[in-house]
Amino acid sequence: MQIMIFGQIDLILLLASLMVASTPILLAALGELVVEKAGVLNLGVEGMMITGAVVGFAVGVNTQSPAVGFLAAALAGALLSLLFGLITQYLKSNQVATGLALTLFGLGLSSLLGKPYEGVKAATLGKMHLPFLSDIPVLGPILFRHDPMVYLSILAVVAVWAFLTYTRPGLILRAVGENHEAAHALGYKVVRVRLLAILFGGAMAGLGGAYVSLVRVPQWTEGMTAGAGWIALAIVVFASWRPLRVLIGAYLFGGVSVLQLNLQAAGVAIPVEYLSSSPYLVTILVLVIISLRGQHGAPGSLGRIFHASS
Amino acid sequence: MTDALLRLDGLTKAYPGVVANSDVTFQIKPGEVHALLGENGAGKSTLVKTIYGLVKPDAGQMHFGGVPFAPANPHAARAAGVAMVFQHFSLFEALSVAENVALGMDDPPGRRQLSASIREVSAAYGLPLDPERLVGDLSAGERQRVEIVRCLLQNPKLLIMDEPTSVLTPQEVEILFHTLRKLASEGTSILYISHKLEEIRALCEDATVLRLGKVVGTCDPREKTAAELAEMMVGSALHVPERTGGEAGEVLLEVSSLSLPAPNEFGTALRDISFSLRAGEILGIGGVAGNGQDELLAALSGESLAAPGTVKLSGQDVSRARPDARRRLGLLSAPEERLGHSAAPGMSLTENALLTGEIREELTANGFIRWAKARGFAERIIEAFDVRTPGTETAAGALSGGNLQKFVIGREILQKPRVFVVNQPTWGVDAAAAAQIRQAVLDLASEGAGVIVISQDLDELMEISDHFSALNEGRLAPIRIARGLSIEEIGLMMGGAHDMQDVAPEARA
Repeated sequence: MQIMIFGQIDLILLLASLMVASTPILLAALGELVVEKAGVLNLGVEGMMITGAVVGFAVGVNTQSPAVGFLAAALAGALLSLLFGLITQYLKSNQVATGLALTLFGLGLSSLLGKPYEGVKAATLGKMHLPFLSDIPVLGPILFRHDPMVYLSILAVVAVWAFLTYTRPGLILRAVGENHEAAHALGYKVVRVRLLAILFGGAMAGLGGAYVSLVRVPQWTEGMTAGAGWIALAIVVFASWRPLRVLIGAYLFGGVSVLQLNLQAAGVAIPVEYLSSSPYLVTILVLVIISLRGQHGAPGSLGRIFHASS
Repeated sequence: MTDALLRLDGLTKAYPGVVANSDVTFQIKPGEVHALLGENGAGKSTLVKTIYGLVKPDAGQMHFGGVPFAPANPHAARAAGVAMVFQHFSLFEALSVAENVALGMDDPPGRRQLSASIREVSAAYGLPLDPERLVGDLSAGERQRVEIVRCLLQNPKLLIMDEPTSVLTPQEVEILFHTLRKLASEGTSILYISHKLEEIRALCEDATVLRLGKVVGTCDPREKTAAELAEMMVGSALHVPERTGGEAGEVLLEVSSLSLPAPNEFGTALRDISFSLRAGEILGIGGVAGNGQDELLAALSGESLAAPGTVKLSGQDVSRARPDARRRLGLLSAPEERLGHSAAPGMSLTENALLTGEIREELTANGFIRWAKARGFAERIIEAFDVRTPGTETAAGALSGGNLQKFVIGREILQKPRVFVVNQPTWGVDAAAAAQIRQAVLDLASEGAGVIVISQDLDELMEISDHFSALNEGRLAPIRIARGLSIEEIGLMMGGAHDMQDVAPEARA
């Protein structure tokens, strides 16, 4: 039975599309990880992603350059997150409520901006052809024939991990997230560090959104991120705020999404509803199991409002 | 030695509604241990924050080493040679010792070199530390070592210590003093902030006393008695709580082999705790913070449930009973954290009175609140315990620490508990209110209730307890009669000096 099912699915194609399917979530989750490590909970990831998706797509269409589209998407995401940052860091509003509002705002703004672009086609990113590597049988098509954003996102995982673990700014960022009163008492600029982290998170969410509209689909439809931002948020929590686990979580989610689509197409006798919900269930289940062991490590000041007491 | 290292001239800082510092002038000589003495709210913290660059004064100047000194931020203060060991809030539990130290330095060396110098400095001053351990896993005494080592690595000219001994056992205090004397003999000035008078008399050569933001006196603390210092600090002679008779009666509360796993990552597990409490008895439980005090209170109040048969009230097993059921039976408690645990800060005093008084004072009927009766109860508390508040509808969070504490303790005592468990009854409370609270606890016991006082203030425990024990890593030391216990014996019950080593004996003054 197992062999029968997989007999109708091209395994190599499946694994190759896994990386593409995972990249948007990976980008957004990585950004949110940095934000949360700085002690800020931004629930607006979905809103920033969809705004990135529409702005990236629109700019991509108008300039005929997906690279410029991605750049614009990162800017748009960062700009939206700046709004969140100003409201939560300077006006000290509640982060949960503000983040939710940001998501709703982003969804509305994107459908407004996206109206003229429905049904339009944009230029998409070309696949890279790496000499030698891309020609390896089996592994070549799975790992080495993707667009540059896939590799950039993996590089970003390593970069974020190294930044947080080995650099002094990374240490300061973790310190601010862990105990903002102590960081303030030692003379670190809590609000400034957090604002920078929020901007980074916004830019990454914007990139993730643009990857959906410019590469994965690639076209614009309203609400096309379809909850990817929420999954990114969940992945950060269940990955215990560790970049490498975020990578595992994102690829797991992407992998199961691709697999269930293939199973649907192959007409397996499992109700579609179960298949469609499987990526969410599997991701949460696996990450819960991972986080059951060892430290959970939520940043100590996560989501708390900082009032400088002087 | 005539030139001052630090000179303060007329420092003034006002916050809306309160003048924290008013025209504060004094100086600290090189190599001197200078005490800054005052009650909670006397302006000590604001003053040291000014010196450390966290607060900008409204008026006045500072001179450091003869040159004008106005640090814009802690970096500038550190660069000038000022280091500070904070009372709270300056360590990061999820980070390692080395990372914590690096965060307190402006230009930390590389990881390996930093670890090496941490080991070197900590060994030289008898404060052993493993740079790789997580601060969250360290004891309170070890955490303080992290802070001190962090300061020492910067070779400060002036070391500010804000209430450093509140978390230490007497043995650890002794070792800390040796370290400080050694530092002073090497030429480092120390500004030592405390309200513990005996410590100041043992350590400091000069003292400045603050009251309500003003300097009310300077003296050589070695030439004054503790009572004289207290009078300078408080402004009037203190009422010493007194005990009126009362023989111990039948056993009210019996705890046998109570064990509970730690409630969270940084909590403490309770291990095999057994004791009994008689009517009219006050059992004082000492110990350094974080050794199971909160957990013990939770197990007795019913917030956490223990195995059947471990907690008995007058012979009845209440181990599986929830807090309300225990209140009904007369077992009441007041946890340490005033804002958020024993009182809801955003709710009025009436509502807070209702929250624990509902059952014993019958403040509800058929699921409806009897507001008039609840308000009456709140009024009785305010009246009986001299709570300074505009009225019963004031939010609990708007009261000062001492007043809210009087309210919280009074709320439980007026419900006539048979057994009353209280954690840190006078923490952060001014001396007059503290004396009042202690008197109320004594009166409660002489009326026949059993009282357990958990506290980190040993003087307080010695003053009011009949029996004494201490918590150390979730274990309760054998119970001793409080009268006549020496400070060494108490220290050993609290776990001694843990793994601290004393510095070379020649540092003894």
